Amino acid sequence: MKFGILVNEGPYQHQAADSAYLFAKAALEMGHEVPRVFFYMDGVNNANKLQEPQQDDRNVVQRWSELAESHEVDLVVCVAAALRRGIKDEILAPGFRISGLGQLVEIGVEADRLVTFGD
Amino acid sequence: MLHTVNKSPFRTNDLQSCLRHLGDGALLLIEDAVYAATPGTRVADQVEQVASQNAVYVLANDLQARGVSQDQLIPGVKPVDYQGFVELVVEHGTPQAWL
Amino acid sequence: MDEFEDDAGVIKRFMFVNRKAPHGTIYALESLEVVLISAAFDQDVSLAFLDDGVYQLRKDQDPAAVDMKNFSRTYRALEGYDIEKLYVCKDSLAERGLTEEDLVVDVEVLDRAAMARTMAEQDVVLSF
Repeated sequence: MKFGILVNEGPYQHQAADSAYLFAKAALEMGHEVPRVFFYMDGVNNANKLQEPQQDDRNVVQRWSELAESHEVDLVVCVAAALRRGIKDEILAPGFRISGLGQLVEIGVEADRLVTFGD
Repeated sequence: MLHTVNKSPFRTNDLQSCLRHLGDGALLLIEDAVYAATPGTRVADQVEQVASQNAVYVLANDLQARGVSQDQLIPGVKPVDYQGFVELVVEHGTPQAWL
Repeated sequence: MDEFEDDAGVIKRFMFVNRKAPHGTIYALESLEVVLISAAFDQDVSLAFLDDGVYQLRKDQDPAAVDMKNFSRTYRALEGYDIEKLYVCKDSLAERGLTEEDLVVDVEVLDRAAMARTMAEQDVVLSF
């Protein structure tokens, strides 16, 4: 089955980003597809490679990049939400790209299920 | 339909609102909403009642993180792990997050 | 994207569920942004307003007073995008001392049972 995932909150502030990642990872391990994860509102902060979590903590941004690399997950960051928060191409972690909200509606149409994580 | 709730029922009305629109759908409690699956709370009777009519699940990972044992749940509430969460989304159709 | 081309022409039922008041947080505004984009995809789109979400439709909002955009007028423009299904929770209005007369746009007021049935018919639910 194809899952689209929507992430509306930033990392380290709210559990939504962690829940979304763990859901995506479980789905992929079970042989499902996650063609796209869409990051919206504060969720765009998941894409910022400048973040340096403490050594003993999880690296939320890097985890997404690794998922994109190993399973060809398209990590899309909403352009309007990103620009107003200073998230630009030059600070995007690997695997992320900036695009429009149409990418969210598109994955809603194309995926079998769209699962939302937020506040 | 699979309804997910992620807030403590003592902080917001998300769970109450969800329950009023549950119909014959299934409910999954995640994140801070897992406290609603524990006995002895203000909402425990209501959750037990719902669990006797609808499929009610709770995310075991979030229980463990919060120090709640899977043996301490309201009767009828079934713990699932993340793979179980994925299966519920497959099985019950459109998910709706009560954010 | 190429992998998606096979599904061209699919029409799904999309519901946007709005349960938060405007201005205090960005969710109401961002929900409306996705609604507007969805109009371009020729899907079967509806909006549901319940709990504090009914405040999004309240008349006489003037967020200029807090230096914010007034997007409440946009709800009236949705008809022009062929988005005509706006459902409002009857109890949520009553709990807040509001009636249909207090809203900026014509809506269909639904009781809980009808709202629940409508939600259960959707293919995609986006909640903000």
